[in-house]
Amino acid sequence: MATASTTREEKRPGSFYALSAFFALFVVFLYGPVVTILILSFQGPSGGLTFPMNGVSLYWFERLWSGRGTVDIGSAFQRSLILGLTVMVLTVVISVLAGLAFRKKFFGSTALFYVAIASLIVPSIVVSLGIALEFRILDDILRPLLYQIGLLSRRGNSLGLFTSGLGAHLSWTLPFGLLIMFAVFNRLNKSYEEAARDLGASNWQSFRHVVLPMIAPFLIGIALFGFTLSWDEIARSSQTMGSTNTLPLELAALTTTVTTPEIYALGTSVTAVSFTVIFGTLAAFVLLQRRRQRRALAD
Amino acid sequence: MAVASVGANDACPEGHALPNRAADLELAAITKAYGETIAVDRVSLKIPAGTYCCLLGPSGCGKSSTLRMIAGHEFISDGDVMIGDTVVNDLPPAKRGTAMMFQSYALFPHLSVRENVAFSLKMAGAAKAERLKRADDLLALVDMTRYGDRLPAQLSGGQQQRVALARALVTNPTVLLLDEPLSALDPFLRIRMRAELKRYQREFGISFIHVTHSQEEAMALADMVVVMNDGRIEQVGSPREVFNAPKTVFVAKFMGGHNVVPEGGKSYAVRADRIKLARPGEAGAKATVTDVEYQGMTVHVALTREDGTDLLVTLAETEFDRAPVSVGDTVSVGWQPADRHELAA
Repeated sequence: MATASTTREEKRPGSFYALSAFFALFVVFLYGPVVTILILSFQGPSGGLTFPMNGVSLYWFERLWSGRGTVDIGSAFQRSLILGLTVMVLTVVISVLAGLAFRKKFFGSTALFYVAIASLIVPSIVVSLGIALEFRILDDILRPLLYQIGLLSRRGNSLGLFTSGLGAHLSWTLPFGLLIMFAVFNRLNKSYEEAARDLGASNWQSFRHVVLPMIAPFLIGIALFGFTLSWDEIARSSQTMGSTNTLPLELAALTTTVTTPEIYALGTSVTAVSFTVIFGTLAAFVLLQRRRQRRALAD
Repeated sequence: MAVASVGANDACPEGHALPNRAADLELAAITKAYGETIAVDRVSLKIPAGTYCCLLGPSGCGKSSTLRMIAGHEFISDGDVMIGDTVVNDLPPAKRGTAMMFQSYALFPHLSVRENVAFSLKMAGAAKAERLKRADDLLALVDMTRYGDRLPAQLSGGQQQRVALARALVTNPTVLLLDEPLSALDPFLRIRMRAELKRYQREFGISFIHVTHSQEEAMALADMVVVMNDGRIEQVGSPREVFNAPKTVFVAKFMGGHNVVPEGGKSYAVRADRIKLARPGEAGAKATVTDVEYQGMTVHVALTREDGTDLLVTLAETEFDRAPVSVGDTVSVGWQPADRHELAA
C-alpha cells in the first residue's frame, strides 16, 4: 500500500485500437486521393502521371493557366464560377422564402414538401436527361411561336448554362436548402416574430430586423451548400449545358484524353476554389460574430 | 425567507418616463375556435383600469388563448375585446395599447439590451439618439442601466425579465399582458420577481393581466383572480373570495387546501386547516390515518373516513404535537358547520 504513489492508468479495451485503426483508414481514404493529386500537380516538367516525382515545379500550373496546353480551362472555369455563384444566391433566396411560406399552414403543404424532397431520390443522370428532353420538346413547340413575334430565331435550341443548366443545378440544391431551412425555422420560436409585431414591426421589419439576423448563420451554410453542390456537379450538368462545358465536365472529358500532370494541376485548382470559398465564408462569419459582440459591448 | 428584499434596488420611477394611460378592459363573449375545438367559450369579463388580474387555470383551459386574443396575436372567432372605449378586434397588436411579455421573454438575441428596449421606437422611425435616450430611461426604471450593452444571453433570468418589462413598457401600454412570466425562473427567483412585478404594477398604475397555472402565484399577486377551466370562467373574485368561498368543485380542488366532501347528495368544501381531529369515540366521524407528512410549520395528515372519503388535514406543528397521530391510527374527525361551503356541481 505504501508504494501506491504512481497514479493508476485506465486500460483501454482492445476494441479501441481496432476502431482507431479503422478510423485512420477511413481518413486516409478520404483525404489520400486529394493529397496525392495535390502533390503530383507539382510534378517536374519531365515528370509523368504517377510517382516518383521528377523534380518539383509549377510548370503544369503555368501550362494550364496560360492556355498553351491541351486544356481550355479559362472559360470553363469562369462559367462554373458564375453558375455556382448564381445557384448559391438563388438557393439562399428561394429556400428562405419557401421556409417562410411553410411557417404558415397552407393547404397541401405536407404533400408539397414531400414532392420537393422526393426529387432527390431520382438519379441525377435521369433528371439531366429529362431536362434536356423537356427543353427540346419546348423548343419544338414554342420556338415557332416565339419566332413569329420576333423573339427568337427559328432554329437552334434553348439548352444552355443559364437556362437548362441553371435549372438542373437548382433541382439539386433547392431540396437541400429547403431541408436546412425547415430545420432552422423549426427551432426558431414563433414568439420572436410575435414580439416584433407586438412592438409595432411590420411583416417586413420583423423579417429584416429579427428573423434575418437570427437565421443569418444558417444562410451561410445554405450558401456554401449551394455553391459546392453546383461547383462539382457532373451528372446533372452532363445533358443540360448545351454546347458549353462546365469545369467538372471539362475535367471528366480530359481524364480520357490528357496524359500529363496538367490534369492534376486542374484538380488542385478546382479544389483550391472550393476551399477558398468555404473557408472565406467561414472566416467572414466568424468576423461578423466578433464584430457583433464587440459592438454590443462597446456601444 | 425569500420574499425579503422586495425593493432591494429602489430606483424611484421618474414621472415623465411613464405617463399613466390606464384604461378599462372588457371582454364580451369572446370565443376562440380551432376548427371543431372550442378553446375559449364565450368568455365575458370586465377588468377595471389599474387592476392586477390573474387568469388562472390548468394547461389547456383557454387562459393563454384569451390573453393572446386580447394582445392581437390570435384571431378572435367571435365576441369583442374593448380597451377604453375602443373595440380593438381588428387592430394590430401595436395599435391596441397593449404590450405583451412573452413566456420566455423573447428578447432578440442579436440585439443589445438597450437596442431591445428601443426596438419599438426604431420600428416607429424614431431617431437613434432619441430612442436610445428613452431606452435608457426605461432601463433606469427597472434598475438595469448598467446592463444596457449586454446581450440577452449574458443576463440572468431575473434580469431578462426586467429587460422584457422595460421593452414592453416603452410603448406606453394601457394594459400589460404577461404570459406565464415567472415560469422560466427557478423557484427562489420566482418569488423575488413576483414581488417585483407587483411593485411595478402598483407604481405604473396600469392593468397587468397575468396568465399562470400556479394558484399560489395568483393569490400572491392578484387583485382579481379569474379561474378558468375548459374554455370557461369558473369564478371571478379577489384571492380571498375565491379561496374562502369556492363556487365549484373544480375551483375548490384547483385552489388547493380544500377537501371536497359529499354529504346528502351535495358537495361541500372544507378547508384543510378547519378540520379538527379528536380521539376516537369523541364527536365526529371515524377515520383512519393513511399518511403523515411533516412540512415544517405545519403537518399534513391524510385520512380515509369510514364512508371512503379521503380527507387532508393541515395542523400547525404545535397543534399536531399536542395529540400526535401516526399511520394506521383511528381518529375522530369533524368540523364546524360554518366552515363548510356548498359547491355547485
